[in-house]
Amino acid sequence: MNMIVCVKQVIDPEAPPASFKIDASSNSVVPPAGVPPVISPFDEQAVEAALRIKDAVGGKITAVSLGTGLLRDVVKKPLSMGADELVLLEDPAFDGGDSWSTAAALAAAIKKIGEYDIVFCGRQAADWDAGQVGSGLAELLGLPSVTLAKKVEVMDGKAKVERVIPDGYEVVEVSLPALITVSNELGEARYATIKGIMAAKRKEPIVWTPADLGVDASTLGTAGRRIKMLKLFQPVREGTCEIIEGEDEADAGANLAKRLSEAKLL
Amino acid sequence: MADNKGVMILAEAVNGKLAAISTELLGAGRKLADDLGEELSAVLVGSGVGDLAQEAIAFGADKVYVVDDALLKNYRTDSYLAVMEKVANEVVPKVVLMGQNSVGRDLAPRLAFRLDTTATMDCVELAVDPDSKLLLRTKPVYGGNARAIFTSESMPQMATLRVKAGEPLARDDSRKGEVVNIDAGLDASAIRTEVLDTVIEEVEGIKLEDASVIVAGGRGIGGPEGFQELEELAKMLKAAVGASRPPCDNGWVPDTIQVGLTGKIVSPDVYIAVAISGSSQHLAGCSGSKNIIAINRDADANIFKEAAYGVVGDWKKVVPAFKEKLKELMG
Repeated sequence: MNMIVCVKQVIDPEAPPASFKIDASSNSVVPPAGVPPVISPFDEQAVEAALRIKDAVGGKITAVSLGTGLLRDVVKKPLSMGADELVLLEDPAFDGGDSWSTAAALAAAIKKIGEYDIVFCGRQAADWDAGQVGSGLAELLGLPSVTLAKKVEVMDGKAKVERVIPDGYEVVEVSLPALITVSNELGEARYATIKGIMAAKRKEPIVWTPADLGVDASTLGTAGRRIKMLKLFQPVREGTCEIIEGEDEADAGANLAKRLSEAKLL
Repeated sequence: MADNKGVMILAEAVNGKLAAISTELLGAGRKLADDLGEELSAVLVGSGVGDLAQEAIAFGADKVYVVDDALLKNYRTDSYLAVMEKVANEVVPKVVLMGQNSVGRDLAPRLAFRLDTTATMDCVELAVDPDSKLLLRTKPVYGGNARAIFTSESMPQMATLRVKAGEPLARDDSRKGEVVNIDAGLDASAIRTEVLDTVIEEVEGIKLEDASVIVAGGRGIGGPEGFQELEELAKMLKAAVGASRPPCDNGWVPDTIQVGLTGKIVSPDVYIAVAISGSSQHLAGCSGSKNIIAINRDADANIFKEAAYGVVGDWKKVVPAFKEKLKELMG
């Protein structure tokens, strides 16, 4: 089973909301000082989905990451979890893309990698929450797609996917090769092992530029954008919380009940 | 490009009625169509859904395209994609809207790439730019920490609308509209997925979407036992129980009760957030609540910025006393 997993380096979404800052003049996000970037958590879970299949039936996992300023310690995480290869699309030309230019570059890279049975993506990246690259890739590669997977199993050239719906899940069967996007319901991604970290340290990623992919730079990154961002802003929070106090925590709890009943809320 | 005209929404049927999100899309779409001075159409896709065309008109559609086919009973990417591609190519709309639900999340980006255009997912606001007449698509980004307004000249302009972000019009059964049947023209062999089973995980008690009071727990609840205590409180208040992501990811509670960006969007009268720090991604699901009540040990927790009332303290001490007092007050 040959699997490709697309992973993105993002600003840590678990960083405290107070540390989130934007630069309104350039419509960009200022990375918080002292908080290292991470692999987008949904993408880590996509790696986890691939590893579970590798554990069950064997196979090879290639992680692909696109961007600029990719920190090796960060983007090597899939390797330290158990992936076999890492391909980086790293070049200033890839920077500032939208779902179209990102999917176009990834599709070219996946074609260059060649053989694959499943392409995994996270359901959306934890930065722009665009939620389109997975399905867009499937369209560009002409693959069937199943999105929002919470469980993936393979057998007889097909994948059986549990797809999250509001009140439960659907069991969807798809012929391979296919593209599958992974949702958080899959469960926590595994930790890197010491052995994995050591192996990842020794492993050099393959780095491809637009020329290596044979794609026109005008379709990539900022140049390849089809959607324009007019404005980026932070919604104002009112912050008028009435804090209910008491002699101790229990008393405060009782006072809260009183206050809510006075306010006719309960 | 200049030939693209009108606003089109994808209408879905649930239990023989128009889905709530579809009436919300009709409300939002009506406003956009009026601002453009163009028509609002609904595409009703499914099996045995033709009767709902009149309902779509009553909620604001000028025209309803009905695509009724046994192969469209279950949502499947390939079949719905083929149908929407066909309809979009026949009608040539300017704007195509879907709900940000399990159908729209899957279908909208794929259709956008198929039609060589762009989509913006999970919009909370849609408007027509008075100058360019282009669709302005406002969406939360960075887990809700910020919002961005996007626009694009590629046609049709596509977006999905967040659940409850649109306001349905009052149903008016005297409204007149046109119903057009379109043949699905599907080739069953070209549908590459099959739905083997649909598993509904029933949650006991009141559904989150229907509840006027919700008691929700976060990571700080510590385990499934803690949620039993929240359930008792919920029972007293005739409330539904919700959770932020960590309790779901840890398996303390079912995934279906997750409130947030990747879970359910709720807007009860009262939302009691217990041991929930208030990450942006959680607030994305509950900030539409009329009153948020926060109980958290950390006085600096983000949830207090959204809350109307709060107690700073350990929920294990606060909640039992809160419950006791409520019992007394409720007689």
